[in-house]
Amino acid sequence: MSTRVAAPVVGSAASRELSYKTPVALGIFAVLALLLLVVFARDGVSTFSFTQAGTVALPNVSLPVRATGIAVTIVAALMTIGAVALIRLRGAVPRWYVAVFTLLLVVGFLAWATAGQRLPIVGLLTGSLALAAPLIFGALGGVVSERVGIVNIAIEGQLLAGAFVSAIIASVTKNLFFGLLGAVVAGTLVSFVLAALSIKYVVNQVIVGVVLNVLMLGLTTFLYETVLVPASSTLNAPPTFANLAIPGLSLIPIIGAVVFDQSVVTYLMIVAVIVVWIGLTRTRWGLRLRAVGEHPQAADTVGINVSRTRFWNVALAGAIVGLGGAYFTLGSVGSFSQNITSGAGYIALAAVIFGRWDPLRASAAGLLFGFASQVANILGIVGSPVPSDILLTLPYVVTIIAVAGLVGRVRGPAAAGRPYVKG
Amino acid sequence: MRLELHGITKAFGALVANDHIDLTVEPGEIHCLLGENGAGKSTLMNILYGLLRADSGEIRLDGTVQHFSGPGDAMRAGIGMVHQHFMLVPVFTVAENVMLGHEQTRGGFLDLPAARARVSEISARFGFDLDPDAVVEDLPVGVQQRVEIVKALSRDAKVLVFDEPTAVLTPQETDELMAIMRQLKGAGTAIVFITHKLREVREVADRITVVRLGKVVGEAEPTASNAELASLMVGRSVELTVQRTPSAGGATGLDVAALTVLDANGQVVVDDVSFAVRRGEILAIAGVQGNGQTELTEALLGLQEDVRGTVTLDGRALTGLSVRRVLEAGVGFVPEDRQEDALVAEFSIAENLMLDRSDGAPFVKGGAVRRRDLETFATATVREFDVRAQGIDTHVGRLSGGNQQKVVLARELSRSLRLFVAAQPTRGLDVGSIEFVHERIVATRDEGVPVIVISTELDEVAALADRIAVMYRGRIVGIVPGDTSRDVLGLMMAGELPDDARTAA
Repeated sequence: MSTRVAAPVVGSAASRELSYKTPVALGIFAVLALLLLVVFARDGVSTFSFTQAGTVALPNVSLPVRATGIAVTIVAALMTIGAVALIRLRGAVPRWYVAVFTLLLVVGFLAWATAGQRLPIVGLLTGSLALAAPLIFGALGGVVSERVGIVNIAIEGQLLAGAFVSAIIASVTKNLFFGLLGAVVAGTLVSFVLAALSIKYVVNQVIVGVVLNVLMLGLTTFLYETVLVPASSTLNAPPTFANLAIPGLSLIPIIGAVVFDQSVVTYLMIVAVIVVWIGLTRTRWGLRLRAVGEHPQAADTVGINVSRTRFWNVALAGAIVGLGGAYFTLGSVGSFSQNITSGAGYIALAAVIFGRWDPLRASAAGLLFGFASQVANILGIVGSPVPSDILLTLPYVVTIIAVAGLVGRVRGPAAAGRPYVKG
Repeated sequence: MRLELHGITKAFGALVANDHIDLTVEPGEIHCLLGENGAGKSTLMNILYGLLRADSGEIRLDGTVQHFSGPGDAMRAGIGMVHQHFMLVPVFTVAENVMLGHEQTRGGFLDLPAARARVSEISARFGFDLDPDAVVEDLPVGVQQRVEIVKALSRDAKVLVFDEPTAVLTPQETDELMAIMRQLKGAGTAIVFITHKLREVREVADRITVVRLGKVVGEAEPTASNAELASLMVGRSVELTVQRTPSAGGATGLDVAALTVLDANGQVVVDDVSFAVRRGEILAIAGVQGNGQTELTEALLGLQEDVRGTVTLDGRALTGLSVRRVLEAGVGFVPEDRQEDALVAEFSIAENLMLDRSDGAPFVKGGAVRRRDLETFATATVREFDVRAQGIDTHVGRLSGGNQQKVVLARELSRSLRLFVAAQPTRGLDVGSIEFVHERIVATRDEGVPVIVISTELDEVAALADRIAVMYRGRIVGIVPGDTSRDVLGLMMAGELPDDARTAA
């Protein structure tokens, strides 16, 4: 009995065309660098400061802006040529190459934007993580939901529900953990509506998601103005999570302050990322979840209840996103305000796609978007020549470039968005 | 394990799909369930497998009455199924697919080593040579089917149902499957083999039960002739071969030279294909599904984006023309998926008949549809092509597969053609409709039109072809005469060209 070896469907390497998309993109950014950093170069010295309280003091790094700009532009141009050569020789540009290129441009841009000023690197990174936390919770919820086959547009609504409910419950009970629990319940309840409508009643999942977002925005705004505002001292003044430094680890320079001196919610997020990642790939739960999202009928024929699997995992997704909502009120601001999430759910959705439905990559995407927001914030504070309104669009511009330009053709879960009807 | 079905009845609305069906399968027996598409075989097996609930009747295993509320129950009871459309998750590995639904865990994590060992152990028993870590979507269909078999066996299936298992296989792979079935039978497994292919039934069956319109219409011995089985299956005597004279063979009509098609990912799916079709000749393109036939036909029609090479029809280049221009050049096309690509289910028969002539004469004038002309034409055409429907305003989606295909044929053949391309023209049709479609195709040929028939069914290829081109992985392995033996064609479908066939055409 012979078994033929699976060969890739016809076509040799020679007949396949090389894609110059990456070098072209790098080239465009090199030209932009030339324009901004050299043509519109600024004078002075910018200082990247690494100081933080309580640990070994690291020296500041001072960069002469004009020279840095020229150096960055030259290296960027060389790397673009290098990318063309890599395509010719090896057919592809490695990912680390793009990462180094990006980092280089970011350094060049930051030096240019903070000319004559001091840029607190630790504050930049800590703030990035803080802004990324709800995005990462949201993205994890999105990943879980979409991998089981239900498109979750309702992340924004789940975040809002979590933020709103956790603020009230924590204010009333004066207990942060009840607040977190309330956020989990609120996110789950929004998920129940999404799950019931899209699984039981086979309504279009995208439409349900959008409607839920609009509904939650309207509902929380209404309740905020009619209930919270008149009684803000009793209903909308929750305690907030204090930072909990992990002994020892928090003393590591830079990383210690950024990662190991955080609130419980942030630690919870790190745990959630790891649990979802390992769970999806290595456990029975993950295998069944993915099978249902890829080929529900195959899962059905081996005795897995597709509807039940989908329902409870969408609920789980809502619970995770709800925690992200609590981060807005209990983790940072300390009170609920109208539309407090301001589109974070949609950015989280973009992170899911940019991260190719993988929990680690989606979280990394969340970090990237958080970083972009924090850069905008800090540059606004240190006073950069770029108008602050334009700076505030930075995270969204990064999102569009990331999702449209860098993702390209990716394959999501095969059955995402498709209702499963037996027959 | 002895399987007994007693009085299984299942109705979908007014349609009775299974009407008091009785069936007994002994251990170590291959029991064939023979019937046409739509006879109720799949419904019966879905009931057996717990996917559907019977309205009445009972399932017994070794005499014990079973109540299945889902496939999980059926599997626990020892029933396994090799589905017609494989129930495998394409992005999972073989081991992951086999373990899915009854995963062993160790310390909370999946026990992949155990699953791999299980796959290796079972595939070694049957000489399958499966790599447990291969991703299923990278495997050829024949191998994927073995994964399905291993999956069923890994749950200790004592009753194994094969639902139309040979539809996707080459003749050689079919022979190998038959050998596997005999091996399983030797090991004491009760096997239900569902098919509509008479040759396979006679080769492997111990007992044959024939179903028609939801009822068991008889049992037959494996020694019964094809004609006997066919008439049992259809309910009347049928012509198994089309009457046709040898091709007159005119001047070259269609000339395809060095045609290469790349798909959206830049993969070569049709690789440097050249052939010619003479007027009044049927060229059949044979091959296992997914070897570039679909893309080749779409390239002829102008439906593919990235096409190199030339297509010339009666001296005029078709390459690079829009689909509309290609149709205007006199190309008639029957797509392989009639519901998806050929018809608008929500439109009436009459509207579907004018779909490709919606921008001018004879049915449209000044932007308005000339209803009276259309009705006259549709009424006449429906009669000519024997479309069984209440009227020309019936929605096409309500028609049976055979009648839908007649509507497609009627539309395409009612224009004056210079080339006719029919892809899988009889897929899923009943025997009566197959006869009709084949007659029309031969009639078109006899009018002097070059005809291309793409088919994965060797019976159809043998019935129609004047010459046969066999495709494998995007290339044409060879072009051979219409009377080439199945063995040679089978080898060619696996990519080998025997020396004696090399010079034949």
